[in-house]
Amino acid sequence: MGKTERKTRTLTRGQARMDKVKRSWYRFSRNKMSVVGLVGVIFVVLVAIFQDVLAPYPEHAQAYTNYAAMKLAPCAEYLFGTDGTGRDVLSRVIFSFRNALIMGVGVICVAAPIGVVFGLLAGYYKGKWISTVIMRVVDIFLSLPSLVLALAVSALFSPTLFHSMMAITFSWWAWYARLVYGSAASVRNEYFVKSAELIGASRAHIILREILPNCWSTILTKMTMDMGVVILMGSTLSFVGLGAQPPQPDLGTMIADGYKLLPECWWLTIFPALAIMLIVLAFNLFGDGISDMLNSKEA
Amino acid sequence: MSGAKYIVRRLLWSLVVLFGLSILIFCIARIIPGDTATMALGSTATEEAKELYRETHHLNDPFIKQYAYWITDALQGNFGESTQTKQPVVEDIKTFLPATLELILFAAILEIVGGIGLGVACARRAGGVLDNSIRVVSYLGIATPSYVWAIFFMLIFCYWVPVLPTIGRISASVAAPASITGFYLIDSLLTGNFTAFWDVLKHLVMPGTALALTGIAQSARITRSSMLDNMSKDFVGAEISSGIPMRKVMWQYVLRPSAAPSVSIIALDIAAMLGNAFVVEQVFSYPGVSKYCLNAILNKDLNAIVGVVMVIGVSFLVVNILVDIISAFLDPRNRL
Repeated sequence: MGKTERKTRTLTRGQARMDKVKRSWYRFSRNKMSVVGLVGVIFVVLVAIFQDVLAPYPEHAQAYTNYAAMKLAPCAEYLFGTDGTGRDVLSRVIFSFRNALIMGVGVICVAAPIGVVFGLLAGYYKGKWISTVIMRVVDIFLSLPSLVLALAVSALFSPTLFHSMMAITFSWWAWYARLVYGSAASVRNEYFVKSAELIGASRAHIILREILPNCWSTILTKMTMDMGVVILMGSTLSFVGLGAQPPQPDLGTMIADGYKLLPECWWLTIFPALAIMLIVLAFNLFGDGISDMLNSKEA
Repeated sequence: MSGAKYIVRRLLWSLVVLFGLSILIFCIARIIPGDTATMALGSTATEEAKELYRETHHLNDPFIKQYAYWITDALQGNFGESTQTKQPVVEDIKTFLPATLELILFAAILEIVGGIGLGVACARRAGGVLDNSIRVVSYLGIATPSYVWAIFFMLIFCYWVPVLPTIGRISASVAAPASITGFYLIDSLLTGNFTAFWDVLKHLVMPGTALALTGIAQSARITRSSMLDNMSKDFVGAEISSGIPMRKVMWQYVLRPSAAPSVSIIALDIAAMLGNAFVVEQVFSYPGVSKYCLNAILNKDLNAIVGVVMVIGVSFLVVNILVDIISAFLDPRNRL
């Protein structure tokens, strides 16, 4: 070794962890837009949690009528105006954030593990019949635009938030399977996997402890990038009447009801639309940051 | 592998996928919670009528046998009868499909021309006003559902500055052109009916742009960045220094190797348009197959849903095959 002997730094475990966090934060925040995204995501989550406190008229989130104050343009009392039955649009927008988040998190947390399991199996057994079968099924699921498949599936159930989440999950897992298959199949031929096999490690150990950790960054990146897409798709389903039903507050449904009253009551459409844009934009920017953090090679 | 052989293999493989898709769709349509006969005949139908329906539609047979009946019919172009229109689904599709294809082709042309044109312009002046505005539009575009764009456009161009028609495919005052291809734009040109052509074009502008907008911004970004990558290569420097005009260098020599990623993004977008058309047609009351299918979905008209979804699946595969062929042509390394 001689000259190139490693410099020994004495770091406690805590310091080392701090160091790692700092380095990750540096990679994340190198692009300022990611930080904007992070702030946006925190904002959206806080609004969803504290909806009862933040909404000026929490009772307006459900069925409520006050014909004296219907179709009011934005004013000091009702910042975003009121809808056809006199409900405060701002309160309803605030209350719909939670559904949007439930939609995104719910779908991804179910679709990703299913897809990852199939993708890992297909990648590990690449060349065997089981891999062929899995990937051919994946091809079939991806042979339709996801939105069309989700629409067709949600047609079969009564329209609720839960059913539209099921429909989207059904059309979404295959993307994860295809993604993980790609990285698992390439990791599978690395020497450390071969040596684990030689030592006699079990298949479960190899798949879960050797291959999976090497796919994490791809999976996490896809998961964060997908949040926005799934929320958009959910809002599209509820826009056509296949998602959460009135009087449940939902951005897609609010837009669908609102655009029939254009151009007079523009606030019924514009504000929920801006809210969707805000949520999805925040998650997209945040996702870009996560992707930079996990995938950038330089320190 | 030679080009022809590659294409044949690709086509054969698509047939297999299509077969799988038909099984998937059939399963979805039959594992519904609810009795198919009741859904077709309505809840007031007598038990005998339902039993007769089940008997004639083979609903009492085992699942595989049902599928065999269904696929035999489907291969002969028979998807059954729509419960909404009381017509064969195939007839309905024939009526409504050209409108949707016209819309999607229009949007696709907008995206290809706009996306690549703007991308080249952005690459020439990276960091300029156009470049930055495209960046903003592409960020906003991905974050905005196409029905929201549709509504925004409607609000601006129909209500605030009324220059474009709001709904439908052609104004009520204008006679539809004689049906030759089913595409109004082509038909009206063929019959020399320019009033109709202009009217149909005006009806296409907003739904087409709403479908294409996000894609235009995205493909412009992709074209821009892959062109910038290629512009730092030696061959470009050699071309510029040998006095070839910049415009020619950009459009002829840099664009071709840079186009492959744009082509695949555009293809993904066109594929997504098949889905987004559902909501855009809804907003503009555009009489296309997506609107028809959406109504079928809301009314649980299974034959119609299955028929349209199969048609969309076929279109999707066709788009994908075309893209593979185009990108193989653009970049020989993609040939498998």
